[in-house]
Amino acid sequence: MPAVRRPRLAVWKFASCDGCQLSVLDLEDELLALADRIEIANFREASSAVVDGPYDLSLVEGSVTTAEDAKRIREVRAQSRVLVTIGACATSGGIQALRNFADVEEYRRAVYARPEYIETLATSSGIAEHVPVDLELRGCPISKAQLLEAVSAFLGQRAPNLPNDSVCIECKRRGNVCVVVAHGTPCLGPVTQAGCGAICPAFHRGCYGCFGPQGSPNIPSFLAHARDLGLSAPEIRRVFRTFNANAPAFRVASESAAAEPEAR
Amino acid sequence: MVGSGAGGPRSLPREEFPAFFEALRAEGYSIVGPTVRDGAIVYDRLEGVDDLPIGWTDRQEAGRYRLERRGDRALFGYSVGPFTWKKFLFPARERLFTISRDGPSFSVAPEPTDPTRFALLGMRACELAGLDVTDRVFQGGPVVDPGYSARRSRILRVAVQCGQAGGTCFCVSMGTGPGVRDGADLVLTEILEPGPHRFLFEARTGAGTSVLARLKTAVAPVADERTAGEIVARTASSMGRALETEGVRDLLRETLSHPRWDDVARRCLSCTNCTMVCPTCFCSTQEEVPDLTGATVERWRRWDSCFNLGFTELHGTAVRKSGLSRYRQWLTHKLGTWHDQFGTSGCIGCGRCITWCPVGIDLTAEIAALRVPPVSVTKEAPR
Repeated sequence: MPAVRRPRLAVWKFASCDGCQLSVLDLEDELLALADRIEIANFREASSAVVDGPYDLSLVEGSVTTAEDAKRIREVRAQSRVLVTIGACATSGGIQALRNFADVEEYRRAVYARPEYIETLATSSGIAEHVPVDLELRGCPISKAQLLEAVSAFLGQRAPNLPNDSVCIECKRRGNVCVVVAHGTPCLGPVTQAGCGAICPAFHRGCYGCFGPQGSPNIPSFLAHARDLGLSAPEIRRVFRTFNANAPAFRVASESAAAEPEAR
Repeated sequence: MVGSGAGGPRSLPREEFPAFFEALRAEGYSIVGPTVRDGAIVYDRLEGVDDLPIGWTDRQEAGRYRLERRGDRALFGYSVGPFTWKKFLFPARERLFTISRDGPSFSVAPEPTDPTRFALLGMRACELAGLDVTDRVFQGGPVVDPGYSARRSRILRVAVQCGQAGGTCFCVSMGTGPGVRDGADLVLTEILEPGPHRFLFEARTGAGTSVLARLKTAVAPVADERTAGEIVARTASSMGRALETEGVRDLLRETLSHPRWDDVARRCLSCTNCTMVCPTCFCSTQEEVPDLTGATVERWRRWDSCFNLGFTELHGTAVRKSGLSRYRQWLTHKLGTWHDQFGTSGCIGCGRCITWCPVGIDLTAEIAALRVPPVSVTKEAPR
């Protein structure tokens, strides 16, 4: 290898399930080539050996749910040249952002035997609400291919190729039969961003929207369409309140549905 | 009768249809055609007659497609499905070439072309018209697309005349069907009645004649030719949709500010489904896929769509930001400026964009609405 210093990579965890970090380890076939090009300097899920910062590339998983984490993400940002968020939690607050639609005090009392031990914020928020983010990778979990593309683009000093098209285009390229039109199955594909490879429709399931809103989602039309498919207002609210409940377009969708009468 | 393929129409009993598959294979073709998968009739590799959608039909409406059982054992008793033959000529994803570092220089390895010769079994008249459109796009101008052209030169076009029209079909309006006129190597008509289940075969080219010569066919009775004509006429009279094409190019040029565009934009999901199922939509994007070591980079081409925000991105921002501008671009191109660009309409009247639009946007209805002059809000008609 040339004597030039390899860029340093750090992987950080905030409020999350670790699934996106596992996607890094899951790059089995590419991991050795990756380690040749980049120094994995701080990745506690993989190794307890930690090299101090600053870091050239930080991958940040998870959302901010505590005052401590709101402070810690600023420290991470300060020692990172490029900061990439990985996954739905880091991008929009994740499933834990359901608290944003509820009373956290009530949750605390109902869930914990000793609620006084719990220190938490009233909301779960994506990283970009706290610090500038250079790139967001969507998904729950992220796509290995997109992760590799992001790292490869960083190493090659080029713009990453991460289209904000709908899932439908990937579904059609893959050769799936549309589950909405042919089966009447509700599917968030038309309003959801591509990147997963249309996995769920390939198994005859509707898209769950885990990659969040596509670049130009038409939420009012989609809500009317969902009603035409027979979904009730609570059902529509439910499908938008999962992995990306707090993503602005999906938040608008569930709140619009919630504003409607329960019975059709 | 062996070897007597040329000449007038020939007749083949249904029981002998497996021999047609054998004849196609003997001529060196891999057979692709209609088959049932995941609740739809799709185009895929076929091993034999049993892979055909025997006894199945499709019921289509705007935004809705359902398979149904027929009361008979027809092999081609459906209209058109979610996929098009385009994918065999212009694949959804295709590697174009690979560049490798070579010391201080680099080398470019073109992608070898797949030598497979496909027999496209079951092409409809509208789809043959679609093939003519994509021929103009990919090889009709000064720049010929090498991949398309290579694959195109190896196909055999086996057409089947439509025995029924789908709920969203309007080929009669577009002048593309349902009877097969040009562009096929072989034309089949399935006759279910009266008499035994049989096929009328017509060879239109030397390649078609060679296949037909391998089959034990009989001279078709004149009555069968008449029956085939009646089948096509019956299909023509039962179109699910109609589109008034008279003056449509001028109409689209003159109605760019019509309020109907706002109306359709409120419904359009910008999901790209209409363009993905269209037999003539040809837009693609290219991307470089480098390996992690930086030793090689691959150039890939994949289907893109004018409904994507990124499609018109220049210097970091999209030119057509609104859903309105994107839908209007698609429709004015398809039915209007396509004529200026390629000397033909981009629409073949297959109805796929209507059926496979999740919210059922129907271009025939949109054109009809654009023909109605907008009501002026400033002056009220006297009562």
